[in-house]
Parts: sequence; structure tokens; C-alpha cells
Amino acid sequence: MSQMTQVPPPRTDSDGAALKAPRRPVSPQWAAWAFLAPVTLYLGLFYAYPLYRNIDLSLRHYTVRSFVRGDAPFTGLANYRMVFDDPTFAPALLHTVVFTGVCLVFQYAIGLALAVFFHQNFRLSATLRALFLVPWLLPLIVSASTWSWMLNSDSGVVNAVLHAVGIGPVNWLTSPSWSLTSVIIANIWIGVPFNLVVLHSGLQSIPASLYEAAALDGANAWQRFWRITFPLLRPVSAITLLLGLVYTLKVFDIIWIMTKGGPADSSTTFATWSYQLGFGNLLPAFGPGAAVGNLLVLAALVFGLIYVRVQRKQALS
Amino acid sequence: MRTRPLKTALGLLLTAIMLFPVYWMLNVSLTRDQDMRKSPPGLFPAHATLEGYRAVVDQQLPYLGTSLVIGLGTVALTVALAAPAGYALAKLRPRGGGILGFVLLVAQMIPGIIMAMGFYAIYLQLGLLQSVPGLIVADSTLAVPFAVLIFTAFMSTIPGELLQAAQMDGAHALRTFWSVVLPMSRNSVVTVSLFAFLWSWSDFIFASTLVNGGAHEPITLGIYHYIGNNNQQWNAIMATAVVASLPATVILVLAQRYVAAGVTAGAVKD
Repeated sequence: MSQMTQVPPPRTDSDGAALKAPRRPVSPQWAAWAFLAPVTLYLGLFYAYPLYRNIDLSLRHYTVRSFVRGDAPFTGLANYRMVFDDPTFAPALLHTVVFTGVCLVFQYAIGLALAVFFHQNFRLSATLRALFLVPWLLPLIVSASTWSWMLNSDSGVVNAVLHAVGIGPVNWLTSPSWSLTSVIIANIWIGVPFNLVVLHSGLQSIPASLYEAAALDGANAWQRFWRITFPLLRPVSAITLLLGLVYTLKVFDIIWIMTKGGPADSSTTFATWSYQLGFGNLLPAFGPGAAVGNLLVLAALVFGLIYVRVQRKQALS
Repeated sequence: MRTRPLKTALGLLLTAIMLFPVYWMLNVSLTRDQDMRKSPPGLFPAHATLEGYRAVVDQQLPYLGTSLVIGLGTVALTVALAAPAGYALAKLRPRGGGILGFVLLVAQMIPGIIMAMGFYAIYLQLGLLQSVPGLIVADSTLAVPFAVLIFTAFMSTIPGELLQAAQMDGAHALRTFWSVVLPMSRNSVVTVSLFAFLWSWSDFIFASTLVNGGAHEPITLGIYHYIGNNNQQWNAIMATAVVASLPATVILVLAQRYVAAGVTAGAVKD
């Protein structure tokens, strides 16, 4: 196809190309950036500036009055020191790590098992796979409030089922020892569809001939999974897990709607703590709230950059 | 081969388990007030009632209207910003385009609570709190980076010969974009619009920080206030949740392939 096009290699840029092909636009760079201008301006105004404001918030001592008037004194890292010394810091850090880790492991494992299952051709497999997307598409407030009612101590269906098999009622949302588990269960439910769909599309790129050859060699299904599927799926798995990590770190809606981070901070993570500080009280603490948020951004960016690196490497290979 | 009916049965069972919460939402939305605290709860709405849905019609319509307006506004803003950018990144080889693509990828990873706090501080000064346009702009940040990436990926598949032919005819870049690239990108416009709409329709964090207590609140806040105010009328709460889930359901039924395309596009390159 490339012999057909008579255009010289476009590397000769501006004036050279303009001489040989006068009908082509003289300055493609100019045109390209004209098309990019709106989105660039937008990124500056609505990403960079809010981020900058957030850093600024975290470095000043704000009261409600100085927040409105914008004359809060600069206090350096005082807000960060305050956050580190706060008794909520250690539990919030622990909950963030546990929440993210446990959600990731289960979402991935369940998603992969379902992907392998639905990869087989049977009647309705495509339709049922599509139905699995429903939890992922529902507004989070819908999922969170549905789970809240299902996990209600007295009238929830979960406790009714447990009662039927002889297990006493669990105070899912109101007991400090169960609240984190409850929000983790709800969030796993929401995250499984994403893992299923992405891993399923990864499975489709594994050549069927490999499985046929393995079957001829007498490998059973279990061996085929661990020797072929799992190793060949590694690039897709890495991407899925990293993306899941970045998304799970910032989960806020589910936890806030189900437990508000409580009772007694037992399910609070950095995301809900930040919101709690900034918006959850009558007397907002914007400075410390922004400081907690910025720690979260830092974590998200570190893993985000790892994700970008991995994806680049895979795109090249 | 012989095990296939069994597999279909297992598939049905797994799907039923996965979708049980959705069924439960429907079930509770049809349950009478007096049956709400029954123990054990009824697995089927034996005395189905539409009380809950009547409450939706009486109380939640303004919220739904606001959500619709905000969703459509977000879609328009997102496509208008992202489609030209996708075209430039895919076809015009801008210097520094790689950096912009990288910034967009990273922008998707900023936690919503950070953006919300930044927007709150800015809107407070500009007097944009509790305004619908303000919320549209904030909601669009959920979709714009994703949209640019989708458009870029799709528009790079448009054959260069086609665009060159258009330019030989004297069409400058804007005309090429408008009358060749955009019509050919209909699928990606649909995908982007669906997700932009769904995400803004589902947004809770921007709504609760930027328009809480205002005259125009979206349905997510409608449900949130409901839970906060009367945690007794769960049939009304769940009925509202069912209605709030309608866009997602309609989209999944009518535009399934666009949804699947969108889920995988961000994560997997093939």
C-alpha cells in the first residue's frame, strides 16, 4: 500500500514538504495545536488549577472566614504534621491498605475464574457475560444503598439467610469489627465485572491451537490453566491489577454512603477521612483535609506511573 | 460437548447470584411498608405495591430532571473538547502530543475527592457553587481524559489515504475533521457519550460538595437525602434507586457492544 502513495516521507517537514506538495497544508503543527488548544486550556483550568489550589489549601491555616476571604496565613507543613500526629492516621492508613489489597485480590481472582468459565462456548454465554456488567454500570449510590439495606442488622436479607443456616445476626454496618468487611464485600461486587470483561478480552488473544496441543499431550484442565492461560495472561493481568489498584485507592462513595467511615473510624480510609475533614463536620478543616488528599494523590500517582510504564512496555513489545 | 447444558445452567446460577442485589432492590421497591420489617423478609413481593414509585413521582422528578440536564451538558462538553483533540493526536502528529497523552492518562488517576476540594475552593470564590453549569464542568473532568484516549485510539484507524484525498480536494483541516473524520467516528462518539452520560448521572462526590443544598440537585443527592432523612421508607428509597438505574439498564440493553468497547479500550491494547 505504501508504494501507492506518491507523497515523500513526511519527515522533511515544513518548507521541504511545502515545496514538493504545495496543495498540502503549509503548517500542520499550527493546525494540530489549534485542535488541541481547547483541551489543553481545559486541562490547565480544570485539572492543574484545582490541584494547585489543593496544594495551596494544604499549606495554609484556614478558618471558615479566611477561606472565604482568601487571606489564610502560610504555615508550611503544619497541616501535614497535624495529620501524621492525628490518632486517625494509623487506622486510616491500615484500612486503606487492607481495603485496597483485599478488594484487588478477590476482584481479580473472581473475575479471572468467571472469565475462564465464560470463555467456553455454551448457550447464552455472551448474554450472561453482558448481564455481569450491570453492577459496574449502576450508580454507586444505588449499589451502596442496596447493600446497606441487605446488610441491615434486623431486616437485612443477609442476616436472614445466615439465620436460616444457624448463624446468629451480624451487625454488618454498626459494629466496628465488621464495617470494613461490609464495604469490602460491596466493593468487590462492583469491581468483579471490570476484571471479568478485561481478562475475558485478554483470553481471546490466546491462540486456541495451544490448548489443542496441550490436550493432545494429555494435559488436564487444571494444568492447561496454570501452564498456558495464567502465564500468557500475565501482561493483561498486570494492567488489570494496576488499574484496579489506582481505582480502588480512591474509592469514596461506597464507604461514605454505607458507613461514613464509621463506626468510630473503623472503616475510614484516606479518601473518606479527607472528605470528613473538609466537608463532613460543621466546622470544616480544609487544610488538613487537603493534606490527607494530597497524600492520596501521591500514592495514586506512584502507582499510576508504574501503570503507564508497564503499558508502554507492552505496547512496544 | 456433552457438558454444555450443564455449563449453561451453571452460568445461569452464577449470573443469578451476581445479580441478586439488583433483584433485591426491585423486590424491596415493591414491598409494602408493613412488610418491610418482616422476619424473614419475603423473597417475592407478595403484596406488591407501587407506593414507593408514587413517592418517586411525587418527590424525585425535579432531581431526575436536573440529572438529565447535567448528563446531556456533560456529554456535549466532553465530545466538543475531546473529539478535536483525538483527531490532532491521532492524525496531525503535534510536537509534544506524547506528553499531552501522558498527562491525560495521569489525570484519570487523580482521586475525585481532590478534584472536589479544589473545585470547591475555586467555585466559592467565583460564586459558582450550587450552579448547574459549574457541576457540568466538574462532571466533565470524569470523562474528558478517557474520551480523548478513546477518540485517539479510534481515529488512528482511519486510513491516512482518505484524509489525504480530502486535503487534495482543498479541504483544510477543519473541513476534513468536520465532514470526513467526525462522521466516520460515529461509533466512538456513541461510546464516549454513553460513558460521559453514565458517569455524570452517577456522580455523587461533585454533587455532594458543589451543589448540596442548592435549588438544583441531581438524583444521587435525592437518594442520599432520602437515606439520611427517613430510613424507614425503604420501598421509596429502593424505587428511586431503580429509577436511577434505568439509564444504565437501557444503555446496556441497547448499546452493549459500545459498553464492552469502552471498558476494554482503556486497559487493553489489541
